[in-house]
This record gives sequence, structure tokens and C-alpha cells, in this order.
Amino acid sequence: MKDYEIIIGLETHIQLNTETKIFCNCKADSWEAEPNTNICPVCTGQPGVLPRLNEEAVRKGALLAAAMNAEINPRSLFDRKHYFYPDLPKSFQITQLFEPIGKGGYLDLHMADGETRRVRINKMHLEEDAGKTKLEHGQRMVDLNRGGVPLVEMVTEPDLRSGEEAAQYLTQLRELLRWIGVSEADMERGHLRCDANVSIREKGSSVLNTKTEIKNVNSIDSVRQAITLEAKRQIELVEAGGVVEPYTLDWDADAGKLSMMRSKEAEADYRYFREPDLRPVVLSEAEIAEIKASLPELPYVRRQRFVDDYQLSAYDAEILTSERGLSDYFEEAVALYGKDPKTISNWMMNDLIRLMNDTGKTARELVLQPQALAEIVRLLDDGKINAATGKSLLVKVEESGKSPAVIVEEEGLGLIADADSLRTQIEVILSGAPGEVAAFRGGKESLMGWFVGQVMRSTGGKADPKLTREILAELLKA
Amino acid sequence: MSYTKLSALDIAQKVQAGELKALDMLEASLAQIQAVDGDFGQLDGQVTDPNTDKKVHAFISLTKDLALAQAEAVDAKVQKGEDAGLLAGVPVSIKDIFALDGTVTTAASRMLHNYRAPYTATAVQKLIDAGALIVGKVNLDEFTFGSSNESSAYQPASNNPWNTAHVPGGSSGGSAAAVAAEETPLSLGTDTGGSIRQPAAFCGVVGLKPSYGRISRYGLIAFASSLDCPGPLARNVPDAALMLQVMAGSDQRDENTSILPVPNYLEAIQQDVKGLRIGLSPDYAGIAYPNPETGAFEVIPVQREVNQAVLDAAECLAKLGAEIVEDVPMPHTRYGIPVYFVVSRIEAASNLNRMDGVKYGFSVVDPKDLQDLYRRTRSEGFGMQPKLRILMGAYLSASSKNLNYYQLASQVRAMVRKDFDLAFDATGAHRLDALLTPTTPTSAFKRAELFGDSVLMQYADQMTVSVNHAGLPAVTVPAGLDDAGLPIGIQLIGNDFREDTILRVANAYEQATSDAAWRKIRPMALQEVK
Repeated sequence: MKDYEIIIGLETHIQLNTETKIFCNCKADSWEAEPNTNICPVCTGQPGVLPRLNEEAVRKGALLAAAMNAEINPRSLFDRKHYFYPDLPKSFQITQLFEPIGKGGYLDLHMADGETRRVRINKMHLEEDAGKTKLEHGQRMVDLNRGGVPLVEMVTEPDLRSGEEAAQYLTQLRELLRWIGVSEADMERGHLRCDANVSIREKGSSVLNTKTEIKNVNSIDSVRQAITLEAKRQIELVEAGGVVEPYTLDWDADAGKLSMMRSKEAEADYRYFREPDLRPVVLSEAEIAEIKASLPELPYVRRQRFVDDYQLSAYDAEILTSERGLSDYFEEAVALYGKDPKTISNWMMNDLIRLMNDTGKTARELVLQPQALAEIVRLLDDGKINAATGKSLLVKVEESGKSPAVIVEEEGLGLIADADSLRTQIEVILSGAPGEVAAFRGGKESLMGWFVGQVMRSTGGKADPKLTREILAELLKA
Repeated sequence: MSYTKLSALDIAQKVQAGELKALDMLEASLAQIQAVDGDFGQLDGQVTDPNTDKKVHAFISLTKDLALAQAEAVDAKVQKGEDAGLLAGVPVSIKDIFALDGTVTTAASRMLHNYRAPYTATAVQKLIDAGALIVGKVNLDEFTFGSSNESSAYQPASNNPWNTAHVPGGSSGGSAAAVAAEETPLSLGTDTGGSIRQPAAFCGVVGLKPSYGRISRYGLIAFASSLDCPGPLARNVPDAALMLQVMAGSDQRDENTSILPVPNYLEAIQQDVKGLRIGLSPDYAGIAYPNPETGAFEVIPVQREVNQAVLDAAECLAKLGAEIVEDVPMPHTRYGIPVYFVVSRIEAASNLNRMDGVKYGFSVVDPKDLQDLYRRTRSEGFGMQPKLRILMGAYLSASSKNLNYYQLASQVRAMVRKDFDLAFDATGAHRLDALLTPTTPTSAFKRAELFGDSVLMQYADQMTVSVNHAGLPAVTVPAGLDDAGLPIGIQLIGNDFREDTILRVANAYEQATSDAAWRKIRPMALQEVK
């Protein structure tokens, strides 16, 4: 068998998380809304209506272009793309063909083996989403709630070489979209949709052979599996003397199977022409500079910085930069704490993330903000509380909203660090255990632990352990 | 004196002063409609009235309940001493191409015969807010595609009130006929290539096509989005200015509306025309028409009386102190129609795409499948004109064409615009305030005379269409009757957003000719009434 190379290009549709739809005032998000309840004359294509461009969609599209290292078009235009389908009320889609919002661009993939692969972007434009149709009791039902939701369509060059790389592209893209705040990028909810173009060629060749298009690969696992399967099918077909035909394939995620949808005929004629109802989208140099300046430090860069600046392990840095809010939280807590960043990292990796999981909140949604976390760690450092109290304080702050110091004070959680009062209590304990005292003095020094345990029990765990040992040692010596 | 002869300005004044009740005005308007209109245009309508040929047939439907409620509201406001609006109690008819919430909005097409608009067009809403009484929807060429009203799916279509054997023009033929026949003093029309001005000229009324973006298009069922303009038809210039005043202004729902402030037109038109520079162009003396055999342009001169009316008007304005600038070159005027064929067809085909039988309007019963639904709905729902335009638009925008016709046409359009830029340039050779031209090459033609020959009918729009390409304002005013007793219109074209200037010139001309003998003659349809 010859040595083959798999050539993959991905076409993604990214739903922008704007407040309203791209050309009307309906809410953009209608998840779980009853069909056709989030619609208006504009997004249902009534005769006589006109679109009005949502500036938030333009800004988010431009920000994404900046994040993808693309050039932000200072004068982009909208075009009409014509086709008939029941979910497309105007029977044309408003999209961008000739002058899209972004030009060029790339995403560098950071593969597990440490390699970097640059995936170039072939096109990136703004457009409106269509509605949905579904078959119900033998009738085709149309729901236009989703019609007019802003999308960015982004298509890569055929730069990916395996299902794994394609999966990595989507993983990083999803992370990036959330990081810069332009999309919820939830694949299950269709915020990020993907079609994959797959072809094969002999290694070393530079031709692009006939490709097939896999539709509906709407999870990262699906992308990996579907591409791998399809490449295997093509190789086996070619090896057996067959020819790859330009099929459109449908991925059935439940069955883990590809099925043929249709043989792709000649490109439909969409009769594109400039949308006369919309003005050119003009972004001044200053506006473009402002958009670029608002681009946050990107996840991969921040991850590396966490390793370099805070000496975090690669694993911890990855977890703490898995979400932008969490990484901001970490840096704020470190700054407030002022001592070893690893201490904050440990608390976050263990306890804060658990708290997030338990409450279902993101770091930024927690009541317990970096100020409180730093304060708890400092109380512990200063011997004001013990570790168990520290952990319980996380939950108490989250539930009560009070500051850690106030809770310690109100609930008497502080350690007994008053030597005199502790000495009195210990003397009482020792006088109640003459046998053990005698045994200790007789050389059974392993009983020290038992004594400490008694003190802790009688003080409800609040005795300062270090001081307790000191006093015990002193009193038992005699 | 019958209330229906009153101007809109007089009606509003009297209603506000408590001298005339809006309800009485409405009744007078409805009575006039009853007297002159005859059968309304209807889908597959059977005509039984033996006098139907002598009737105006301007209307498709009345919105009586709405008008009644509006009249009551106006009267109540006046009663309470409140401001009832600039159009208090003025009956207005609406070309049936504008959305009006809850009413059937047909576009004179089978395709929308049952379409009840769920919202109201901005221009219509502004009329309502100003106290107008929306009495009903008037007829038009199907989807505004035509210059005679004959292509309406709602028959009988409007006749010309001056001679009911003639067409009222189009596409705003119902509007022009309704105003000329004193059914409503004002009507809301639309102008894509001349669709307000040509019927206004044919019916002897004033018609204004404002600058593109002066009045919102929101709720106007689009023909050609980059050309369409809503505008007023009225019996005199001040009334047109008044109606423009109410409708002009920016609209958040139409990105292409201008944010320029709206001047006080009624004040502006009171000024005289001393020192204004009015141009005449040889390129508007005839229709340049490409010989179908050779492709070479041949010029067909405009009708003698029409040309004379333009010259007389120039003389009249000169007497009033205006400077007449002759021989202003407008060399790209002849490309107006070919460019229009491309731009308007491509946009129209696109805009009509939404008529698919899925969401609203006409839809065939029991389609075999989706393709069958689309195909039969569109072939049975659309009349000949929409079909021709869809075919040509689809052909011209097909990606298999080596040429991008739309882009090319847009470039030629810019050259048409350039003619006007040079003519109006304040530092240029001509420095015009207005260009004076015929509105149409001929007076109203007979029914069936040109219908079907859509190319020839299109070329008749050559005097008006360049203004749409350039986005400029233009007004037509009556300027006499031809030998057959049919009205003649003259057109004044202005610079961007200078509706105030052209209305001012038009008003001066109207005032100066107020005693002309032809102004005493009444349309045939009105003579029959009494």
C-alpha cells in the first residue's frame, strides 16, 4: 500500500453571542423557546421590511478577525445569496462575498507532541442564520426563531492532515471564541457548527484530489472519528482501484457512521449581488485600532506566561487558563496574596475548582472573589486558622457573602493562640490522665500524639497545634 | 362648495379651527369615491356596470373603519383644543404597495391577494400620526411593474379621469386618478423610474419624487431597492409640500434614510424665484431609442405640445426673475433606460424571491413536493410583468455571465449621476438650481395601445428615470392640456435634498399660471358626475 496523506479543510459557522439578531431587534438567543415566538416582520421576511445592521455583530466579527490574525476590512459590504428553502424567509441570505469583514488570518495549532501547525483561513465573513425545519407527523414544520441570528462563517485552507488535527483546531477555536467573548461556542446548541472537506493524496504530491464533504460533525469527537473513517474509506477505495466521487456525506454520531446524502452537482447559482438595503460597513483606522487593542492576551500566550512567571506546572497552567475568567481570577488572587503563586494555584486547583463544580458557577460568578481567597490563605499562613477551617471558609464565604475574618470572628473559628488559656486547659487534661502522663514520663514518648489529640478534642480543633506541642512538652517534662 | 374640492391645507386648517369636522370630510370623500370610482379593482372580477368605462376605478379596497376611528380621534382632539396634526382630517389614499397593519396589502398581485400586513409602513404611520384619514388602498401596476396600471391583477384597473379611454399612467396610476378625480386630495405613491411623476403628469396633478433617503422605504414592498422612493401626489404644490413635510425624515428602520434635517417646505415655497438658475437641456427634447435592428440610437422627439409647455414654462419663470440656462448637456440621459433594465430587474427578481408560498400570500393547494410548491405558486401567483422581470433579473445576475452586469450598470449609473453633478455644481459652468424638462414624451396613451410592449413602454420613462439613478428629487406639475384635452406635465429636477428649491419653483409657476384658461377645465370623469 502506498503512503497517503489526508487533506482536510474545515468550514465552521460560529454563532455570535450578541444581544439581538443581526438585522432586527429580536433576541439572538431563543434556546428552548417555543417555535416562532422570537420573530418579527423583519426576520420573517415580510414584504416591505428592511434590514438594519447590528453594530455589536460587526464589532464581534472584527474582534474575531483580529484574534485569528486576519486583516480587519475597513470597508466591508453585504451581498445577497439567493436560494429557495422554507427556512430562509426572504429566499436569499444576507451574507458577505466580495468584501468580507476579515481577510486572511491563521490559527497556530499546538499539538500534544509539542509541534505547531499553522492553519490558514481562506475566508471569514458575517451573515445571517436561517431558521430550522423539521418533519412532524409527515409535515415539514418551519421554525424561524433562529432566522437572523448573527453568524461568522470561517473556512480554513486545506491545511489539516489528520482527524486529530481537525479536532485540535476545533478545540482551540472553541477556546478562543469563549476567551475573547464573541460566542458561547457550545457545539451541542449549534453555536459552533462544522463541516469537513476530506481528500487524500500520495505523500509528497501537491495536487488536491476530489474531496467529499462531511456535514453535521457537531462535536469534537465526531470530527475526529468522521474524518478518520472517511479517509480510511477513501484510501481503501483508491487502493481497490476505485475513484473518489464528490459526495456529500452525513455523519450519524449515534451510529458512528457516514451515509451518503447526495452526489454533489454543479455549484448552484446563488446570483450574488450587493445588498442595496445596507450601507457599507466602514471602520475607521481608530476604530480598528481600538478593536485590536481590546483583544485580550490569548490563551496560549497566557499559559506560557503562567509557566514562566509563576513557575506553575504545564498542567496547572493549562487548567488555570482553560477559561479567561479563571485565569484572571488567579492573577488577581496572586497579586493580592503577594507571596508564592503556587500556594494560590494549589488552592484553586483543589478547592476553588471544586467549589465551581459544586455551585455550577464560573470563577467570575462566584461570591468568593480573589480578595477573599487571598485573605483565607493569609489567615492560614498567619496561624489564625487551621487548614480545615480554611477549606470550610471557602464554602461559608460563598454562602454568606461575608468576609473570611468576619466569619472567623462570629463563629469563633480562630485558633487558641493564647498561651495562658491553653496552658490552663492542658493542665486540666493532664490532671485527668495520670496514667498516660506517667507512661510518657516513663519513656513512652509516642503518647505525645494522643495528648495532642485530647487537646484538640477538648478545644474543638481550635488549639494552635504548634503552641499545643510546646506547652505539652514543657508540662510533661517535669 | 363640495369639501372634496378643498386643498389638503384648507381642510387641515378648517378642521383644526373647528369649521369642518373630520367625520364630515371623510363622508364627503367616501361619497365622491362612490360617485366616480365605480367597481373597485378585484381579482378575477366580473364587470357588470355598463358605465364601467367611464369610471375611475382608482381603488382596490377601502379602509373605512380605520378612517372612521382616525376621524373621530381628530375631532376629539380638536374638541379638546389639542393640536390635531398637520394633516388633521385630510383624506389620504395609499398605493396598495405599503404595509398597513391588519389590512390586506395586495401589491395588485394574485400573489398577495390574501396578505394581511402585520405592521405599518413608516410613511403611512407618519401620515396617521399627523391626523390624516387613511380611506383606502388604490390600484397600481402589479408590484409597481408598469406605466399604465394595466398590468394590475385587480381589474378593472384605474382609468384616466380626464379621458377614461386613456390610461392614468403608472405605476401609481390609482393614486394619480384618485387625486385628479377629487376622491382624496392626497395620495401616497412610489417612484422607482417615474412611477409617481408619469401618472401625475398624465392625470394633471402634482407628483413629487423626493431624494432617495428623504422618506423611509420601510413597509414599501420593494421593487428596486436602490431606486424606490415613496412620495406625495397632490392637486397643488403646497399640498405636495405639506405631505412631504409630514413624511420626510430619518428612520431607524431604513439605513438609507438621510439624517439631514428636514426644512420647512411650506415656508420655503413662499419665496420667489428671482435669480434662480433654471436649466433646459437638448437631451430632454426627445427619446433616444436604440434601433432593434442596428442598435444605433434614434431620437424620437417629444410631443409638440409637451415641448411647447416646457418652453412656455421657461418663459413664465424668466418673467418671474429666474435665469434660464439653455443647452445644458445631459449626454448620459439616453443610457438611463438600459441601465434601469439591469439594476431594476436584478433587484426586483431578488426582492420577489420571498414570494414562495411558504409563509404568506398565494400558495397552491396540495403541492406534490417542495419544488412543485415553489414552481406552481410562482407561475400561478405572478402575472406577466413580474415573470418578465424575474426572468430578466435572473438572467442578468446569473454567475455564468462573463460580465457582472449589476456592477457595470452601477458604473454607468454613476455617469448618469455625473451629468447632474456638473449641472448643479455651484462653481461649474451651469450652476443650476433646477433642470426643467418634460415629465413624459407624450400625454396619456390609450388603454391597450402600448400594453404588452414593455420595452417601448419602458422607453417612455426616459425623462424620469435618470433622476432615480442619481437619487435626486424631482417634481412634476400640470402645465396645460394638449390638443386632445389631455394633461401635460413639466418636470423640475433639483440637487440632492433640495426639494425645497424645486417646490419653490413649481409653486411660483403654479401661482403665475393660476388664471390660465386650461386650469378651469375639469376632468371628464368629474363632468359626468354632476
